[in-house]
Amino acid sequence: MDAILFFLFAAIAVISAINVVVQRHPISSALSLVGVMGSLAVLYLLLGAEFIAAAQMIVYAGAIMVLFVFVIMLLNTGAEKSSRKGRILTVVAMPLLVIFLGLVSYVIQRGFPDSPLVKFGEFTGGGPKDVGMALFTRYLLPFEVTSVLILIAIIGAVVLARKEMD
Amino acid sequence: MNPDLTSILGNFYVLTLIKLALVAFVLLTALAYLQWIERKVIAHIQLRVGPTRVGPHGLLQPLADTIKLLTKEDLIPAHVNKFFYMLAPMMAVFFALSAIAVIPFGPKINIFGIETYMQLTDLNIGLLYLLALSGMGVYGIALAGWSSNNKYSLIGGLRSSAQMISYELPLALSIASPLLLAGSLSLREIAESQAGFMLGFIPRWSIFQMPAPQIIAFVLFMIAGFAETNRVPFDLPEAENELVAGFHTEYSSMKFASFFMAEYANMVTLCSVATLLFLGGWHPLVPPPAAGFIPPLLLWAAGAMLIFHGLQPARKWDKYTMPAFGAVFLLAGFAFLIPVLQPVLQPLFWFVSKVGILLFFFIWVRATLPRFRYDQLMRFAWAVMFPVSVVHLFATALLVALLK
Repeated sequence: MDAILFFLFAAIAVISAINVVVQRHPISSALSLVGVMGSLAVLYLLLGAEFIAAAQMIVYAGAIMVLFVFVIMLLNTGAEKSSRKGRILTVVAMPLLVIFLGLVSYVIQRGFPDSPLVKFGEFTGGGPKDVGMALFTRYLLPFEVTSVLILIAIIGAVVLARKEMD
Repeated sequence: MNPDLTSILGNFYVLTLIKLALVAFVLLTALAYLQWIERKVIAHIQLRVGPTRVGPHGLLQPLADTIKLLTKEDLIPAHVNKFFYMLAPMMAVFFALSAIAVIPFGPKINIFGIETYMQLTDLNIGLLYLLALSGMGVYGIALAGWSSNNKYSLIGGLRSSAQMISYELPLALSIASPLLLAGSLSLREIAESQAGFMLGFIPRWSIFQMPAPQIIAFVLFMIAGFAETNRVPFDLPEAENELVAGFHTEYSSMKFASFFMAEYANMVTLCSVATLLFLGGWHPLVPPPAAGFIPPLLLWAAGAMLIFHGLQPARKWDKYTMPAFGAVFLLAGFAFLIPVLQPVLQPLFWFVSKVGILLFFFIWVRATLPRFRYDQLMRFAWAVMFPVSVVHLFATALLVALLK
């Protein structure tokens, strides 16, 4: 059952990811990206990380992507037109893609020669409590540093938006 | 019951399927009748009578409406983006209806030796699941507005997404403070943490619970909820005097109905969550011995009133329909006295009546308040709701940390 669900949602994730690039219309691409996020959330759930799965849906699919879609709708951008260079690039890109995939699999093979397979249902520390405990005790410093980083980014965004208005 | 049947019914999948069928049937019927109730209540507030033609007191109106919507021509305008135009109502209704899966209606019950919870499934992230679904619900409306390829629809969709993103913030923050009291994200555990009474008569519901009564959070939650469900006074996405019908202008037949269904389902979910988080879920208002008598007495009073009206008929059919409904209410009152049914009916009564009162409030507000202007709506979200909910969350956290 776990394996079937895994392959189903892994397949959906990969197909949606390819669809993000292939689709000409920005809205279609954005929604494919939502599909990727959703299937990733299911994979997190299968691995026992409920909190991360819910956060993934709320933050990425429910907030960030809605903002993307909102901006696309506001600008009302149409479908992209393909340029003539496209065909030559496809011919060149295919062997490069094969080489890239080969490199990635080589690195994985070398880096993690015989790491154990992930088993579904083994990991149970993914509830809100466990995540909270980990964040506020063991990983407190990285957590706080990230918060400050986000705060700086927010202030930067506000400052930049102000300048535009004047 | 013989042990064979008990073991079959006790099987997880069989039991879940039965519960699923029951909940789906009740929910869909309730959604259809909510429309009838809304029309009747608004009509009476505005000194009209509302639907009366189909069935006694218009009671078969929802059925007639459903048949009408199902058999109407399903028009697809030529200029729409077909794929997303079809997808949008499906998304809206799917995310709205799947929320019911985590809502508990009552405690653990024991029917004929089968133990089960009055809930489809209990997630330890139940509340986050609901927040995620409400976040995803935006797509249905936004896409409907965009794919219709119509400026009114587009403006409706844009308004809706901006509004829902903005109000999700105070909604989530006002949810967070009762969580500090309950200490869990599972809706069942949240409701169970509110059992019991303080000083013997004040229920330990979150809105009363010491050390931090959540009345402000409850008000914030309800206001944000009105905005999340696109209801009056925040129904700008479908403001009919500016935008024709907003995001569902181009929709007809069952697709139009699915947006309506999604709106009502969201309302039911929201009221259930408010009940579970703030009003103690299925826990009664008064301590146990008295709590058992309230449901039958209320139902008998309603039944007696209906029979009284039947004896002095104001309209032609009242002398038949009123006593008939009165008899149903009287029988329902007696059902509460049967010991086997009591553990099921009692919690259900309290839960449903609390949700019902909140739904009535939604309808009441719709008949009372005018619509906000768009800039007022956004300013209210960011300049009033957001700071108040943040300060309230901090105050609750301080009180809980110091006194609990």
